[in-house]
Amino acid sequence: MTYKLAVEDLTVVFGHGSRARTVLDRVSVGVRAGQTLGLVGESGSGKSTVAKTIVGINRPRTGRITLGGRDLTGLRGRDLTAVRRRIQLVPQDPYASLNPRMTVGRAIAEAVDPVRADARRHAGTVARWLETVALDASAADRYPHEFSGGQRQRIAVARALAVEPEVVIADEITSALDCSVQAEVLNLLAELRQTLDLTMVFISHDLAVVRHVSDEVAVLRHGELVEQGPCREVYRAPSHPYTRRLLASVPRPADADQESAA
Amino acid sequence: MRTASPSPTPPRSPRPNPALWAGVTGLALIALLGVIGPLVWTDTATTLSGAAREGVSAEHWLGTDALGRDVLARTLVATRLTLLMTLAATAIAGTAGILLGTLVWVSGPRVRELGLRLIDVMVSYPALILALVVSAVLGAGPTAAVVSIGLGGCPAFARLTANMAASVAQRDFVSTARLTGVPPHRVLARHLLPNIAGPLIVLLSVAFAQVLTALSGLSFLGLGVQSPEYDWGALLSTGLEALYTNPAEAIGPAVAITVTGVLASFVGDGLAAGSDPRGGPVATAAARPAEHPGPSGRAPENALLIVDGLSVERPDGTRLVDGVSFHVMPGEIVGLVGESGSGKSLTAMTVARLLPDGLTSHAARLTLDDLDLDARRVDAARLATEVGIVFQDPSASFNPALRIGGQLTEVLRTHQGVSRAQARAEAIEALEKVRILNPEAVARQYPHELSGGMRQRAMIASAVLPGPKLIVADEPTTALDVTVQAEVLDLLRETNRRRGTGMLFISHDIGVVSTLCHRIVVMYAGRVVEELSARDLRAGRARHPYTKALLAAAPRLADHEDDALDEAGRRRPLATIAGRPPAAAERPAGCAFAARCPLVHQRCTHELPVPREGVACHAVASSTLAATARDDA
Repeated sequence: MTYKLAVEDLTVVFGHGSRARTVLDRVSVGVRAGQTLGLVGESGSGKSTVAKTIVGINRPRTGRITLGGRDLTGLRGRDLTAVRRRIQLVPQDPYASLNPRMTVGRAIAEAVDPVRADARRHAGTVARWLETVALDASAADRYPHEFSGGQRQRIAVARALAVEPEVVIADEITSALDCSVQAEVLNLLAELRQTLDLTMVFISHDLAVVRHVSDEVAVLRHGELVEQGPCREVYRAPSHPYTRRLLASVPRPADADQESAA
Repeated sequence: MRTASPSPTPPRSPRPNPALWAGVTGLALIALLGVIGPLVWTDTATTLSGAAREGVSAEHWLGTDALGRDVLARTLVATRLTLLMTLAATAIAGTAGILLGTLVWVSGPRVRELGLRLIDVMVSYPALILALVVSAVLGAGPTAAVVSIGLGGCPAFARLTANMAASVAQRDFVSTARLTGVPPHRVLARHLLPNIAGPLIVLLSVAFAQVLTALSGLSFLGLGVQSPEYDWGALLSTGLEALYTNPAEAIGPAVAITVTGVLASFVGDGLAAGSDPRGGPVATAAARPAEHPGPSGRAPENALLIVDGLSVERPDGTRLVDGVSFHVMPGEIVGLVGESGSGKSLTAMTVARLLPDGLTSHAARLTLDDLDLDARRVDAARLATEVGIVFQDPSASFNPALRIGGQLTEVLRTHQGVSRAQARAEAIEALEKVRILNPEAVARQYPHELSGGMRQRAMIASAVLPGPKLIVADEPTTALDVTVQAEVLDLLRETNRRRGTGMLFISHDIGVVSTLCHRIVVMYAGRVVEELSARDLRAGRARHPYTKALLAAAPRLADHEDDALDEAGRRRPLATIAGRPPAAAERPAGCAFAARCPLVHQRCTHELPVPREGVACHAVASSTLAATARDDA
């Protein structure tokens, strides 16, 4: 089966000479159209580097990134800008990802039309995207600080969607949120996957969260891909010892009784 | 910060800012003087009277100069030229500097590197020397003075702008804008400049004052305005010649320069404060009756830690923690769980007597064994010995300049009088106990040389070392990876088992709390809503609607597939809690959860539920009563 977005043999090295550090080592992973790929790993595993390399913030040393079969590495200038719009990144921290001096409407209008960013001209579109993420259209006239963390994260999602990208990359978008607020954002993502037929790469350190939103899961460790497969199988019968250890480390309220009684 | 702010903020009314108004009014008056001064007083200012260098008189309020001209009139006339020159030079410095400083941040990495180096070189060259060089090239005169002072001030502007832009340029919203394809100059205008505008305006006003004095300096050196023209600087320098014989002559221009400078900085400060959309009026606390909940008297007398009716208040009387009661038995691990803003950390910090400045606490009872933690003064040695603390971020809680070993033994050496060698041996033993390999080497290392997990273990070793009765751990595993978290939790469990140390464990993660703790206290909006055993929690016997909602909101790792999926094979949505917790100032008199509660009834909104069998909820209490009544019938 073909992937909508794929990286093949991706190697990313930070620094030069003796201080060079391989952050990603020949990672190959892909996501199919209309599906969500969960990317899990601990800090330093390189999961965020994968995202940053795909959107062009980091440059790979070797390897290919393909979108709909077309190689993106080596693109420059106008081509690069055009391709970048087709993949959108939602960053982790909803307090840093929205310009505090810009109304929500303008921020979304900027995603629609990066040159003019006119909230009035695109008022209809802005209202539609705000409704998509379950916010009132009146939110357009307000500033980010007037919203809670969960609402801000929904605004960030709306902005990414407003570009009408082919793939959305969500980088730890619920890890700064409280549990009940996280549930709200996760439900929204689940709904968007249904209604918009979203193709998504969902990055998180939280295995339970990844399981909730993903069709497939890929496990990274120290810059290497440890395991990839359908969520259901990986969680039920992890094949790699590291995945098993990762799963065993998660504290669970429901089924920990036997453990602690022992 | 993860605290939620109320979303429907009323439209802000413009805040009167006295300094801004004083500055604007003053500068407007001075500008007006600049316009009318030369029209009205030019004649007086150029009339040669016979009386040279005369002191203050009714005729000449500030005396006369060497040629017998009225100093006051000359000062007033000079306003226009001085203001125009200062404005022009500030504009040159500001425009060139700001452009240079921000352009480096929207260009590519190579240009940026080069630009920053260039700015560094320019800054290292003294501004006045640069100005002198420029003015030597251009010759003396007002235009040359303006250009040279303007260029001289440009590097400082560029440096500061580049520094401020650096912090903004690396934030997510700038890279997001780039990813959506916003062209660089628009990134600059839309995202960079507005976010540094506040400090830049202050900087401009400061620069205005500095340019004013620098221009005066040039005139003093004879490089600025040439006679017969004059500005304040020129007047000041001629006045200085006769400072000892006729001090009044220098006062006029000196006061003019000072007052204008001060007014400019008033305007700058005022504008900076007003330009931020976040600077709305701070919500003031609703007046609340200052009643303190009485002792609940539930805690057994042999409890290790007794917290009874604890409240923490802001100076305005807003209660962040409102009548919290719980206890920790010797050898027991009690978990304090809640979302951000629930007051769990403040409660823990009160127990450790580490409340942030400005907050006050009071309690009916707050004791650790026989040590009164609510007293005005607590014996520092006893506190340090009997309470061990583990913080969330071990990299912030160790002093980066000191070795691990020394920091571990601080309490032993200062409060327990243990010798250096003995303390060292104990530190190494403690590090060994937290399963640090090669403890001798680690004791000699600095905090930054250890990984996050290692640092947290060292932190635990440090908390355990003085042999405390209670360990307060505030989100100790939140910053750690899940595998490291499992190890740290194991370590805490083992410490508790081996030494019988009581623990107060604070976490937002109900999963972590349920695996580690014996008993769990659930907090919501500054109050305790439920207290239950870990066994009950794990068995799904939580009773308070909030605790239940919190458990249901967490995605499960391994619950039974059929349960999480609906008939169509799709994952069921997670349970959410509608609305948001009330802000501390708006906490209702009744149950704080009432507005979001599925079981709410009339009584909940105005009557504070009293904890009954560990649950503070009217609905649960009445259903229990009903069930009992049914059983009886």
